[in-house]
Amino acid sequence: MTALARAELTLLGRSKGTLFAALFVPLVLPVSVRSAAEEMDLAEAGLTPGTVVLPAAIGFSLLFAVYAALVGVFVVRREELVLKRLRTGELRDTEILGGSALPAVLTGLVQCLLLAVGCAVLLDLSAPSAPHLAVLGVLLGLVMCAALAAVTAAFTRTGESAQVTPMPLMIVSMLGSGLFVPLELLPDRLATVCELLPLTPVVELVRGGWTGDLSAAEALGAIARAVAWTALSVFAVRRWFRWEPRH
Amino acid sequence: MDANGHEHVIEVTDLRRVYGGGFEAVRGVSFTVRRGEVFALLGTNGAGKTSTVELLEGLAAPAGGRVRVLGHDPYTERAAVRPRTGVMLQEGGFPSELTVAETARMWAGCVSGARPVGEALALVGLDTKVGVRVKQLSGGQRRRLDLALALLGEPEVLFLDEPTTGLDVEGRRETWELVRALRDAGTTVLLTTHYLEEAESLADRLAILHEGRIAATGTPAEVTAAQPSRITFELPDGWFVGDLPALAELGVTGHETDGRTVRLRTRELQRAATGLLVWAERAGVELRRLDVRSASLEEAFLGIAREAAEGTARPGTGTTRGDGTGRGDGTGGGDGTGPGKGTGRGDGTGPGKGTGRGNGTGPGKGTGRGNGTKEYAK
Repeated sequence: MTALARAELTLLGRSKGTLFAALFVPLVLPVSVRSAAEEMDLAEAGLTPGTVVLPAAIGFSLLFAVYAALVGVFVVRREELVLKRLRTGELRDTEILGGSALPAVLTGLVQCLLLAVGCAVLLDLSAPSAPHLAVLGVLLGLVMCAALAAVTAAFTRTGESAQVTPMPLMIVSMLGSGLFVPLELLPDRLATVCELLPLTPVVELVRGGWTGDLSAAEALGAIARAVAWTALSVFAVRRWFRWEPRH
Repeated sequence: MDANGHEHVIEVTDLRRVYGGGFEAVRGVSFTVRRGEVFALLGTNGAGKTSTVELLEGLAAPAGGRVRVLGHDPYTERAAVRPRTGVMLQEGGFPSELTVAETARMWAGCVSGARPVGEALALVGLDTKVGVRVKQLSGGQRRRLDLALALLGEPEVLFLDEPTTGLDVEGRRETWELVRALRDAGTTVLLTTHYLEEAESLADRLAILHEGRIAATGTPAEVTAAQPSRITFELPDGWFVGDLPALAELGVTGHETDGRTVRLRTRELQRAATGLLVWAERAGVELRRLDVRSASLEEAFLGIAREAAEGTARPGTGTTRGDGTGRGDGTGGGDGTGPGKGTGRGDGTGPGKGTGRGNGTGPGKGTGRGNGTKEYAK
């Protein structure tokens, strides 16, 4: 499995487009969030620019560096018949998908760490009051995004359409999971619905990890939602993932 | 083990495969492969070779029947089978941006007890291409890379799906040598091919697949022996098949005409050829383009395709079938575009018989040339 991950890492390094989208975009988008955040009435919701920008930045990283990148990886490897060939070998199905996903997941993890350090330095973000929640949020987010990518890949036919099929979840997450606008600032009813989106619990956990405002029940609820989305994705992958192109 | 003490490495019983759209690609295939032999699945495109092999490789579950590889179900008992098998798919399966060495290293990392990467690449003659990206390899080089990967785990059983397609003549010979060397070292090889000479030269035993069923199986010699030998020649102007001596008495079992060309089928080649040549000598006839040949696998293969095209309704004794084939291929397979439209048989028996020469001038023929076939009692 490490051999597969190593090969995927080499391939990631050689794919300039993916590299740009995965590395550059999540580092740039938070800048726009920051300028927007400065115009929001954050203090009332108990937030600071730092606690808005950092969860958003981590969300972008998960969406671009992990989710969208992996949809492309899974679909292109299927088109190249790499997945089919791997399935003739000794690796189990989960090892094949896991090994293929590992480089992107690690990229996302490193990015999240860099973003946390960057926000701390640039936005005077204090040390997190409940770091374990933030760490848990990021880890759950990484696994969930990899699983969601495999689900999306299951419903994507070609590498070309893999440019488009991640869009719905990305747009919905950016708007509804508190990336551009914190849920605290949304109308209550809308916020309740948005809480059910996959990336929302991740954002909540990361933000709560810094603010320390998350009660145990809220934290458990967020963890349960993230785990539920992951479990649902794993089920969908087992049920619908295609290992070779349609004939 | 069978009664002769052979260990069956692959056992396939009444295997069926149905695709999503309901197409039944494999329709009840059964065969066994013994340890240490090279077994070839031969067939035209679409005969069901790859569909069958993929079931043996454990890539899909059969719709019916049973597969055992090394005693295990390759689909449900992957972990027991995979470390002992090597697979070469019909098409690639490599990331195009990796180099040859990177691809082989990746695969070696996924194989237990892999031989050194350099050794596997040297086996297929790719050791000079280690730094080349897969996308820059020729089709033949990719086939050889695929073979190298299949050999990395030193498998007991090797599945090769069209291993030499896209290779030049030299590359093909080299692959054959390699397969023979592997067989001599005890590897069991199951390969598919549509090259008849490949099956004839490599396979210890083979099965000819046609439309998802096994049409013939045995050693190349056995499969060939079931087929008639052939004599082909052209009659000069003014001579007709009816002028030949009584063909049945020469041991000829059937004949076809195509313009001036006559083809005789026989299981007694020497007797038929002698009779024909003695007649020609006496009659002072020069048989141009005379070709006398023993049955070959190619004959067997074409014969099976022909029988399939004729369907089950084989012509009865002594009927002469004139078919106006648009193809003019004179095989007697007879797909008449005119009279037999839709049936794939095209038998305009009436007008064809009138000449008494077996030269059926089939009605509605597109070629304007009478093609006839005569079948004698079997």
